[in-house]
Amino acid sequence: MDTTKGNGDVQTKKYTAKDFASDQDVRWCPGCGDYSILAQVQRILPELDTPKEKHVFISGIGCSSRFPYYMDAYGVHGIHGRAPAIASGVKTANPELNVWVVSGDGDALSIGGNHLIHSLRRNIGLKILMFNNRIYGLTKGQYSPTSELGKKTKSTPFGTIDYPFNPVQLALGAEGTFVARCLDRDPKHLQQVLLRAARHEGTSFIEIYQNCNVFNDGAFLQLTEKETKPDNVLYLEHGKPLVFGKDNDKGVRLNGFTPEVVSLKDGKYGMSDLLVYDETSFDLAVLLATFSDRQGFPTPIGVFFQTERKAYEDMMVKQIEDVKKKRGEGDLDKLLRSGNTWVVSSN
Amino acid sequence: MSKTIETLDDVVIRFAGDSGDGMQLTGTQFTNTTALVGNDLSTLPDYPAEIRAPAGTLFGVSSFQLHFSSWDILTPGDHPDVLVAMNPAALKVHLKDLKKGGVIIANTDAFDDKNLSLAGYEGSPLGTEALSNYQVIEVPITKLTLNALQGSGLSQKEMVRCKNFFALGLMYWMYSRPVEPTEKWIKEKFGKEPEIAAANDKALKAGYYYGESTEAFAARFEVKPAQLKPGLYRNITGNEATALGVVAAAEKAGIPLYYASYPITPASDILHNLSAYKNFDVKTYQAEDEIAAAGAAVGAAYAGNLAVTGTSGPGAALKSETISLAVMLELPLVIVDVQRGGPSTGLPTKTEQSDLMFVTYGRHGEAPAPVIAAATPADCFHMAYEAARIAVKYMTPVYLLTDGYLANGSEPWLVPAAKELQEIPVHFRTDPENFHPYARNENNVRPWALPGTPGLEHRIGGLEKANISGNVSYDPDNHDFMVHLRAEKVKGIEKDIPLQEVYGEQSGELLVVSWGGTYGTIRSTVDRMRKNGYKVSHAHLRYLNPFPRNLGEVLKNFKTIFVPEINLGQLAKLIRAEFLIPVVQFNKVRGLPIRSAELEQAIKDALGGAK
Repeated sequence: MDTTKGNGDVQTKKYTAKDFASDQDVRWCPGCGDYSILAQVQRILPELDTPKEKHVFISGIGCSSRFPYYMDAYGVHGIHGRAPAIASGVKTANPELNVWVVSGDGDALSIGGNHLIHSLRRNIGLKILMFNNRIYGLTKGQYSPTSELGKKTKSTPFGTIDYPFNPVQLALGAEGTFVARCLDRDPKHLQQVLLRAARHEGTSFIEIYQNCNVFNDGAFLQLTEKETKPDNVLYLEHGKPLVFGKDNDKGVRLNGFTPEVVSLKDGKYGMSDLLVYDETSFDLAVLLATFSDRQGFPTPIGVFFQTERKAYEDMMVKQIEDVKKKRGEGDLDKLLRSGNTWVVSSN
Repeated sequence: MSKTIETLDDVVIRFAGDSGDGMQLTGTQFTNTTALVGNDLSTLPDYPAEIRAPAGTLFGVSSFQLHFSSWDILTPGDHPDVLVAMNPAALKVHLKDLKKGGVIIANTDAFDDKNLSLAGYEGSPLGTEALSNYQVIEVPITKLTLNALQGSGLSQKEMVRCKNFFALGLMYWMYSRPVEPTEKWIKEKFGKEPEIAAANDKALKAGYYYGESTEAFAARFEVKPAQLKPGLYRNITGNEATALGVVAAAEKAGIPLYYASYPITPASDILHNLSAYKNFDVKTYQAEDEIAAAGAAVGAAYAGNLAVTGTSGPGAALKSETISLAVMLELPLVIVDVQRGGPSTGLPTKTEQSDLMFVTYGRHGEAPAPVIAAATPADCFHMAYEAARIAVKYMTPVYLLTDGYLANGSEPWLVPAAKELQEIPVHFRTDPENFHPYARNENNVRPWALPGTPGLEHRIGGLEKANISGNVSYDPDNHDFMVHLRAEKVKGIEKDIPLQEVYGEQSGELLVVSWGGTYGTIRSTVDRMRKNGYKVSHAHLRYLNPFPRNLGEVLKNFKTIFVPEINLGQLAKLIRAEFLIPVVQFNKVRGLPIRSAELEQAIKDALGGAK
């Protein structure tokens, strides 16, 4: 709990994760990946030294969008796809607030695609968590814009003929200034990335692979199970070479402009041959974003890209201050009496 | 050479030319000068949706009509006394509106074979039988402008572009207006291009002196200043007035204004105006689409700003789902719908009373929202202010209906002092003790609890709310209760709005019932008929949902209820549905204001010979 001292300093008594749990029963299906994400968000919020009342969770429609009800913070359960639009209004109206957007692959990429790309482009200080389970869960099992081509679902009994989006590529293309990918089943890593996203100025975008155990169970099994994970997941670490594999026996090197997975076992390549990750490099981020679609490549997890760019709401506030300096505080009577005026005198 | 000056009570001038001929600018300048001279006035700009339609074509014609007088007028006039036709297309399009015996000032230089053929004339109508009912004054405006600008250093093309100032100067002479206000304006507008400024100025004066020296004009005219209520006046368009109305409301409410919008004709000027008022703590947000604009406005309202989103018909349709959310969230929000011709893209630059039914009922579910409408360009200020007052007091989205005619039309506005404006009290909930997001006050209004307030953390959303707690509820009885409660809340606003006034007798033969931008035409028609002995009264509605609480009583007192609208009878339907009474309709949907003469005939017909 916080108390504000007379001098305006906020004296923080440490919150615990429990302080951010609302009194509402969580109603996701048992075993849903959303539980883990909720728990990790509740765990990292006490780290932020932000008073509870400053957090606002805004969602659209879908399973993930029930999230705000379970957080003891401010929240708006909005309408399908529009969470970034509503959140943009909240954040620009009051930049002091920590505004989180909780969305899913259908909500953010299909019906709300326009709002998502434009909030990324504007770099409004929203923390966007996009739960990607590659399926429509709340409407019971239709394919989503991230479902694999050919996937058989309730609405595609003969397989989809829709090519899926790569959300990380999309976010990079939309000029996102913080773009990351996480796994619901790697809580420690998710916490780290959530903290970084929370502290980022401007829009943060995290794609979180999340298992829907009812309509698309095992979609990310290769990436989360003990046996298969090491050979299929590449953890991105700034300044570190791209190494993965059971015994860190594989790596990625650049052959000209082309990435190659190489073995570190046969002596042909060593650590010094590998590509060293630089999360400030847009070019590398775009390249790495393609890995999840390349045969034989591991799926990168972690922060793809982070850069500094002025946040929209800060420029908005500054512009108002600048105009005030130039023109002085607005005087309503003066404004009403401006323009083409004349006086009719009484006869 | 001195010429006689005839005094007129009122004049209607229409400037018409290619959309690139600067007719809107010419009309606006004439309007501003006329306001300064002290006439009452009313204007009607009319322009094509294309920015630069092909020159010389009928659909590329742009016009600006101005009615000015020495008495209190309400409309831009049905039929111009004077038509300034800059080319054959302008003549062709507008001749049918000109009064019999009216004056045509034709730019003869534009009446060449190419332009005549583009306008669909076989040969020049000038000097023929076709124009025998009019006084045609042929002026080689282009040539005279070029002559005046010899040696100006401008290219031929640049010189030709100055011809609208020549026409303006000529009209200033004809109606005894000073050229100085426009000279001053030219200096300010073209300060950075002194050659252009000098050329425009020269063309203006050349036009003025041409009137004085040519034999073509036998007389000139004057229109004495109108007897207006004393005070400071400002010529204002509806869109300017709407913008000022919400700025004033935010100032009086003591909260920042947040205007989220997406460019759309004819509403964009509200965004343009507000974006210049940043020193009033005005935040303007040009969203990626209409839906996002509504969404951002809802977000800003939630965060404690006076949130406004402006649009026109197609945009109102897109915002509909979000407004439904605002109804459920019970957040204050003003939606300005500057109506235009529909359906679909319809007539973007033309006026229509297109959306009354849509804003009243165009939301899914039982989603009641107050609807109010401005009557005149200046009234947009007062109704925008009123929309904000109702939104904040009742925690509800409120629709303000204006239209293309009000938005771009202008009239003198007696500027109010800020301190005379009604207070708009705002109470943000801060006390956590006994706080329930959906508890209500005596007006059925829930508290406005802003994110950032310690101890009030709560969740709201589009799912049905349990009464008082605001938690999600699927309980059938609760839903029934809440549906009724939301309806009652909006209905209850009738206690807080003025009673419906009737102009003329309070009972009798026929009551004309109208709403929105048709006020001027209808009131002046009713006035004229009353002077001629007809028993006609007029009730103009500014509150459409809820209706004024005495409206049923008012309507009962008349044998015939006559409802003229620029649609197929939207208010007529609402009145029938609400009061179960027969209504006589008059509907003309031309994208233009109703014509007074047509309306008068229709009222006479409805009276069936009774006087």
